[in-house]
Amino acid sequence: MRAAFAGGGVNETLDPHLANLFNEASRAKAMFDKLADYGPDVSIQPRLAERWEPSSDLTRWRITLRQATFHDGTPVRAADVLYSYARITDPKRAFRAKASLDLLDLPNSRAVDDRTLELVLKRPFAEFPNALAAFGAYIVPQDADSFERPVGSGPFTFDSWQPGRSLLLKRYDGYWEGAAHLDELEYLISNEESARVNALLAGQVDYAHDITPTTARTHADGGRMAVTRMPNSTMQSLAMKVDRPPFDNRDLREAMFLLTDRQQLVDTVLAGSGQVGNDLYGKGYQYYADDIPQRTPDLDRARFLVDKAGARGLRIPLDTASVASGFVEAASVFAEQAKQVGLVIEPALGNKDTYWKDILNSGVLASYRSGAMPIETHISQRLLTNSTTNATRWARPEFDALYTKAVSSADEATRRQAYGDMQRTLHAEGGFLIWGFADFLVATAPRVGGVSADAPANTLDWARFDKVWLG
Amino acid sequence: MSLPRYAAGRLLLGLGQVAGITTIVFVLTEALPGDAAVVIAGDHPDPARIAAIRAQLDLDQPAWQRYLDWLTDLLRGDLGVSLISQRPIVERLADSAAATLLLAAVTLLVLVPLAVALGMLAARREGGRLDRVVSAVSVALYAVPEFALAILLIAVFGVQLGWLPPTAFGADLLARPAVLVLPLLVLLARPICTISRLTRAGMLDALRGEHVRHARRLGITGSRLWLRHALPGALAPVVQQLARTTDWLLGGVIVVEAVFVIPGLGTALVDAVSTRDIPTVQALCVLVAVTTVVVNLVADLVAFRLAPRTGVVR
Repeated sequence: MRAAFAGGGVNETLDPHLANLFNEASRAKAMFDKLADYGPDVSIQPRLAERWEPSSDLTRWRITLRQATFHDGTPVRAADVLYSYARITDPKRAFRAKASLDLLDLPNSRAVDDRTLELVLKRPFAEFPNALAAFGAYIVPQDADSFERPVGSGPFTFDSWQPGRSLLLKRYDGYWEGAAHLDELEYLISNEESARVNALLAGQVDYAHDITPTTARTHADGGRMAVTRMPNSTMQSLAMKVDRPPFDNRDLREAMFLLTDRQQLVDTVLAGSGQVGNDLYGKGYQYYADDIPQRTPDLDRARFLVDKAGARGLRIPLDTASVASGFVEAASVFAEQAKQVGLVIEPALGNKDTYWKDILNSGVLASYRSGAMPIETHISQRLLTNSTTNATRWARPEFDALYTKAVSSADEATRRQAYGDMQRTLHAEGGFLIWGFADFLVATAPRVGGVSADAPANTLDWARFDKVWLG
Repeated sequence: MSLPRYAAGRLLLGLGQVAGITTIVFVLTEALPGDAAVVIAGDHPDPARIAAIRAQLDLDQPAWQRYLDWLTDLLRGDLGVSLISQRPIVERLADSAAATLLLAAVTLLVLVPLAVALGMLAARREGGRLDRVVSAVSVALYAVPEFALAILLIAVFGVQLGWLPPTAFGADLLARPAVLVLPLLVLLARPICTISRLTRAGMLDALRGEHVRHARRLGITGSRLWLRHALPGALAPVVQQLARTTDWLLGGVIVVEAVFVIPGLGTALVDAVSTRDIPTVQALCVLVAVTTVVVNLVADLVAFRLAPRTGVVR
C-alpha cells in the first residue's frame, strides 16, 4: 500500500525521538512502540508495557514488559527502556518527549529483570502513564543512536529509504500484537495537498493524509475516494493573555466567550467538518467536563459586559498567521462577530515559521490550536504558573494546587473531581476561547479498509497502518 | 583576446560571483526572524528546548564565526552538514540534483530541435499563414503561467481522462518515463515560444545579411544556404537565451516540482528555507551560482564559435 503524506524534505530523519511532523509520527509508530499510547478517548492504553503498578506514594512504578521482539529477533528488555528514556532526557539534546519524562529519576531506576523495571520519579505523579505515552517516547534498542536503518519492535520493518521521497517498510511477522494485514507499506511525500489528492484519484497512491474539507466535499460523491473523519482532532481557539490589559478584565473575557457564534465559525472556517467547543480543551477525552452546559451566543449580555469593562470601541490586535489551516479565516470571521458588540478586533498577520514562539510572550490575543493530548498534559504544559508554553499567561496558585492535588492522588474519583473543578474555573474565566474542534480528514481509495474513524489525530489508531487492509 | 584567456578571466569572475552570492544569502538568512531552533520547536516553543536545540546546532555561536567555519569547509570542498538531518548535505542533495538534471536534460533535448525547427518554418515565408499561426500560438502560450498550465493538464489528462500519471509520486523517473510527460509539457511551454521567436528573427536577419547575400551570389541555394550559412548566425542570440533557460531548469523549477511531486533542487531549497537549514540553503546557492556561471560561460564560447565575426555577444 502506498500512503501520501506531507513531509520534511530531503533532510528528514527516521529517528523516532525526533518525530515531529505527521509523517514522522506515523512512520515512528509503524516501526517502533511506546510503553503506552493514547486510546480513542485519549486515555492511556498499555502497549509494550503489559501493566504498571505504582507504590502507594506514587513515586515508584513497577512496569512489566510484554513479550515482544525487535526486528532483529532480540527481545525487548528493561535495559532497552532505560536506554531509550536516558537518550530522550539527555540534557545535551532536545527531544520533544524530554519535558514529559523529565520527572524520571533515572539513576535510581533499575531493571529488576529483563521484563520488569522499576522507574523512580522525582515527585509523586499519579498520571505517570501519560508520560509513557508522550509524543515521541518510543522504545529503541539499547545503544541505538543512528537511525539510517532503524530497528524497532513495531509492526513494520525497515526496507529502503530515499529521504524526502519514499520510505518502504515490510510487514514484521513477529509483531507482538499480531502481524499486520499489509505486506508492504510505502510512505510517499508531497507538501502539496492537491498532488496527494490527484495521485489518489488517479490510483497512484491508496491513502492521502490530511486533506481539506473542501476537497472532501468536492469528491464526496465521485466514488473515487472515501473520506475518513477523525473527530475532536484539533482544538481551535483564541488565546487571551490574562495577565495584561485588556484581557486581565474578567468581564471582557466573558464578553468574548458570549459574543462568539461558534456554529458559524465551524460552518465557515471548518466547512462544517468539526464540532463547536465550550471553551474547554479535550472534548470527548477522558476527564472532559461534559456536565458543563454548552455556551451559546448572548449578544445582549456581551454588550453589557463590554460596556461594564469600558471597552466599547476598543481596538484589539489579534495575532494570526497561516501556520495552521483556518487561522486567518477564523480571525476575520471572529472580527466580524466582535463588531456586533462594539469591539474592534484587528487581525495582524505574523511570520508563520516563528509564530508559536512569537505569541508565547507578546501580544494580547492570538489564534491558537492544539492536537490531542490528555487533559492533564494540556494543563501541565499550558496552564500552570511554571508551564513552559503558557500562551494565556494563566497563573493561579489555587489552580496549581488543584492540579497538584489531582496528580498526587491515587484515587481516580478524587482526580476526576479535581479536573472537573479546574475545568469549571477555566470555563468561567480562563484565557482560552475554544470555539471548535476540527475533524482530521484522510482520503483513501475505495478498496482500502480498516482506517479508524474514531481516533483523534495523535492518538494510537490515527495514521496507523497495521490494522489497514487492501480489498 | 584569446579564447583561453577570456575563459580564465570569466572563471575568476565567476568565483567572485559565487563568493558574493553566498555572503549575501548568509546575511539575508540571518536577517530572517527566527532560527532553525525556533522552527524546529514549532508549536511546542518551550524556551529551554529552544535553547538546547540552539546549543546542539551551534547556533549559539556568533554569525560571523559560523560563516567563517562554513567558508573554510567550503574551500576544502566540504559543503557541510544539514542542521535538520545532521548528515552531510552532499549525500542528501545528490538525489535531488539527479532529478532536476534529468528533467532539465529531457526538456532541452526536446526543446532545442523543436523550437529551432518551428522558428525556421515560420521564417520561411515571413508574414505567411504558418508564420502567423506560430506567432499567435507562441504569444498565447507564453501568457499562461506554469502553475495554471500544470493544474489544467493534470485535471484533464491526469485525473479526468486518466491517460497520463498526474504526479511522479515515488516513481523512478527513468523507469517510468510516462510520469515525465506532463511536467515536460509545462516546462516546454514558455521556452519553446521564446526560442522559436528568436530563431525566426535571427533567420530573417541572417537571410538579409551580407554573409548570406554573398553565399547566394556564389550560387548556394536551398537547404544548404539555410542550414550552413544562415542558421549559424541566427543561432548566436538563441544560444544566449538557451543559456538562460538551462539555468532556469537547472535551478529546479519549484512550481513544477511541487505540483508533479518531483523532489528536485527547487523542492530542496523550499524545504531548507522553511526549516532555516542555513548550511543547506548555502550549499544550494553555491550549486546554483556555479551552474549559472558555467552555463553562461559555455554559451558565450558556443556563440563565439557560431558567429566569430560578430565576436562575443556580451
